[in-house]
Amino acid sequence: MSKPRLATCSLAGCFGCHMSILDIDERMLELAEVIQFHKSPITDIKTFTERCRIGLVEGGCANEENVEVLRAFRRNCDILVSVGDCATMGGIPALRNFVEIEECLREAYVDGPSTHNPDGVIPRDIELPLLLDKVRPAHEVVHMDYSLPGCPPSADTIWAAVTALLSESPVNLPYPLVKYD
Amino acid sequence: MGENPVGRVVEEIAREHGRERWRLMDIARGVQQRLGCVNSRAVDAIASWLGVSRVEVEGFVTFYSFLSTEPKGRVVIRLCDDVIDRMAGYEEVRRGFETALGISLGQTTPDGVFTLERTACLGMCDQGPAALVNDVVVTNLSSDKARSIVRALRENPRPERLVQRFGSGNNAHPLVRSMVENNLRKAGPIVFSEQARGEAIRKAVAIRPAEVIRAVKTARLRGRGGAGFPTGMKWEFARGAEGSPKYVICNADEGEPGTFKDRVLLTEMPDRVFAGLTIAGYAVGASEGILYLRAEYAYLRRFLEHILDRRRADGLLGKDICGRAGFNFDIRIQMGAGAYVCGEETALINSCEGRRGEPRTRPPFPAQRGYLDCPTVVNNVETLACVTRILEAGPATFCEHGTPQSSGTKLLSISGDCGLPGVYEVGMGISVRGVLEMCGADEAMAVQVGGASGRMVGPASYNRTIDFDDLSTGGAIMVFGPDRSIPEIVSAFMDFFVDESCGVCTPCRVGTRLLKERIDRIRAGRGEPGDIEELVQLGETIKQTSRCGLGQSAANPVLFTIKGFRHVYDEMVSHDPHGYQRSFDLNESVREAERIAGRRSIHHREVRT
Amino acid sequence: MSETVSFTIDGKRLTARAGQTILAAAEASGVYIPRLCHKDGLNPVGGCRVCTVRVNGRPASACTQPVSAGIVVDNDTDELRSWRRQIVEMLFVEGNHFCMFCEKSGNCELQALAYRLGITAPRYPYLWPKRDVDASHPDIILDRNRCILCGRCERTSRDLDGKSVFGFIERGIHKTLAVNAEARLGDTGLDLTDQAVNACPVGAILKKRTAYRTPVGQRQFDREPIGTGVETRASLTVRGGEPGGGKPVQGEAR
Repeated sequence: MSKPRLATCSLAGCFGCHMSILDIDERMLELAEVIQFHKSPITDIKTFTERCRIGLVEGGCANEENVEVLRAFRRNCDILVSVGDCATMGGIPALRNFVEIEECLREAYVDGPSTHNPDGVIPRDIELPLLLDKVRPAHEVVHMDYSLPGCPPSADTIWAAVTALLSESPVNLPYPLVKYD
Repeated sequence: MGENPVGRVVEEIAREHGRERWRLMDIARGVQQRLGCVNSRAVDAIASWLGVSRVEVEGFVTFYSFLSTEPKGRVVIRLCDDVIDRMAGYEEVRRGFETALGISLGQTTPDGVFTLERTACLGMCDQGPAALVNDVVVTNLSSDKARSIVRALRENPRPERLVQRFGSGNNAHPLVRSMVENNLRKAGPIVFSEQARGEAIRKAVAIRPAEVIRAVKTARLRGRGGAGFPTGMKWEFARGAEGSPKYVICNADEGEPGTFKDRVLLTEMPDRVFAGLTIAGYAVGASEGILYLRAEYAYLRRFLEHILDRRRADGLLGKDICGRAGFNFDIRIQMGAGAYVCGEETALINSCEGRRGEPRTRPPFPAQRGYLDCPTVVNNVETLACVTRILEAGPATFCEHGTPQSSGTKLLSISGDCGLPGVYEVGMGISVRGVLEMCGADEAMAVQVGGASGRMVGPASYNRTIDFDDLSTGGAIMVFGPDRSIPEIVSAFMDFFVDESCGVCTPCRVGTRLLKERIDRIRAGRGEPGDIEELVQLGETIKQTSRCGLGQSAANPVLFTIKGFRHVYDEMVSHDPHGYQRSFDLNESVREAERIAGRRSIHHREVRT
Repeated sequence: MSETVSFTIDGKRLTARAGQTILAAAEASGVYIPRLCHKDGLNPVGGCRVCTVRVNGRPASACTQPVSAGIVVDNDTDELRSWRRQIVEMLFVEGNHFCMFCEKSGNCELQALAYRLGITAPRYPYLWPKRDVDASHPDIILDRNRCILCGRCERTSRDLDGKSVFGFIERGIHKTLAVNAEARLGDTGLDLTDQAVNACPVGAILKKRTAYRTPVGQRQFDREPIGTGVETRASLTVRGGEPGGGKPVQGEAR
């Protein structure tokens, strides 16, 4: 029997949660015994070619590409887990929810103090995903199965959750492992 | 203070009312009327005049929808947007006003003449769409009428000139001069019976207060506002409570959407209501009564003041009333300023004291510590009218009507999809079917009993009865025909609760907003089966954990319609096959970014797998 | 000498002084009832509703409801925990709570209750209200994004400091914490030594330049669940009191 597959992605996040995944340190070897990493920044596999047991989602949805990726995760993973505050509540990127999109873009591309953009053009290249009106947590875009809050959640939290999911036991995290900061 | 004009105006108005903190409502209303707002300088001036903090005055002013810190136009047009007015054409009327004025709802014209706003139920559901133009009620509106009203106001900004034909009965009284119609379809044997002015009070003061209370108890009179608390018991608590003086208050803050019977009662039978309040005062040992009149009914104020004056002249108010030595009693009118929650008795008391209309913590109950911390009774308008009749004709006559548990008659305010909307006085215990036949509604798909906070019943429940044992209600009956959409109705009710929540407690303040969001998902065709369960769970939590009656009933529109009309919801929701959230609309979400980029989103081209 | 009455809470028999609230009586006997808007020494208002219990079957706020003889109180039941969880989730979506950069994180009562109730993400959509930050005061910062409208600052300032620095404006979902000045906290009479400065359960009112004296991770609710103090204090003093705290929190699957 083949090993269950695990996929990860970082949407509107900072990769801090992926750092936390790597922070499980030598337990990574244990993990590699029982699972196979599929689509993930760690493997650099770009598209789903096989169904995955678990998808770990870092980051919320700030743009249309985030939505596409998250939806692909939903279609291809049995269990989807929001990892970190951005996925669970929008996080730092959601601070732009209080500013009009146009003002955000102007600040980033035109008016910012370190910006040199004499033509004053906001890039509209097709390669650049369009922003959503608001940054949304993952569960407001697709149905998520679990949430692991934290900025980032600790390696122990991620480990406890993933091992519980793999052994198909309930995810009961002890008090010190559920923290929002 | 006298140096700036605002300060002078405030001082002038404040002098009329005295330097009492509890006159804040009258002062703020006066300032609003004179200056078009209670601006920051006025807030300061009032605060220093009354010796309270400025944030308290600001908190007060911003609580009430008829007061504002921002300048309003000289003419404020408030469109009633309750569900019945929406059914009658509110949207077209709104557009008519917007076009004629060149502004949107919530705005003021650049010349500062007109402000256009929405407002909660004006108590005119039987003649909607309706609006208030300053204090003047205009009814049966259409978009054409909206345009002609604006034209007339541009020529002459005095709204009273809009009334060309007076309504029935006292609506034509020189001190009312309103186009409002009574639409009193059925005058019953209690509340709207022939009145013998002064008789009830004479009979009351001829016996001891305890005997008056006994008469009310013998009649088994229960509160007509909806809650149905035994009136005699309430009086007994207050009578026995320590502390003086004592107060009796008539709750004329008729704000429940779909209710308008108190308006008709105050228009046609004010003596009977004031007599009831006077008798209540005698029974509990109060020397002051207050009629708390909702701001929407300000057009009745001068008329009611006149009735009070006449009663004073006739010895029915004042000293040694009806010759009863030592029974001194008078009534003042306290205006409200636009807040449904003030119909809750402790919120009403706070409002009378010049505070935010937030319900108080209970215990203590008003009968122990109410207005100005004194024992206080608050009774509904209709309840007091019943009291008068009980004293006039005796408890036995009262009990000839209604059922053993629910004696007497009930006023119903009937509106919506029926031939004869209006006020009906019927015996307690009438069936919903009986009501529908009476008002000419043969195709009702659903009936909302008790207004927004009541319950919706369908045809299977039309044999249920209107009384305290079955459908207990303040008397609002809204009829919905076969073409009406239930989620539409529920959404309108939730708009109302979101606007009217006082904001003290979390479940009502936030929960109502979340219910509204979830109902609108379903309305937009973006609901999922789980949303229905979430609505039920959230609704139950709001019902069980809210701090006052408003919150405890705010989820009723959701809970009762899901219970009784589940199929309507089931048909509107579906699962997403991929596990996407159906509530998330990618097209909508990228619209603004598309506009900025001047191109369409790339996802339009992709084929989803 | 004050009269005492007995009552039960979750099947446990307790005694109370007549007139004492359920919350106070329970706390004195080592039973923690979660709460946010109530704080010792303030007049209770029953606003947040987190302390909702069932009294003889009827819901009531424990912070306002006086004990009467023989009442049967339910506190730690599945139903009540579920209501409390929902109320706390409502507060999270109502405001803008970014724990990851909030100075109060780890000492925040809202966050701590969410931890204790096992909330991993709120079920409701975020409302993202636009609220402002007032940094005009030299020593104190007021961040309305985090305000949960509990009114502790208002009551403390008015009733204990005698100042009325805070108040509320607007109503319903638009209700907002206001200050006793035309606009800015810096123009009020608020002093660093006022008790109101310490009244805030969340990070809405904070002393400047004190944020990170205790590192994140070593703060009160990083170490123990909220309510542990009540429960353990009592376990030392009350015979038969159950040791509290340290119970694993169920990370709820959502």
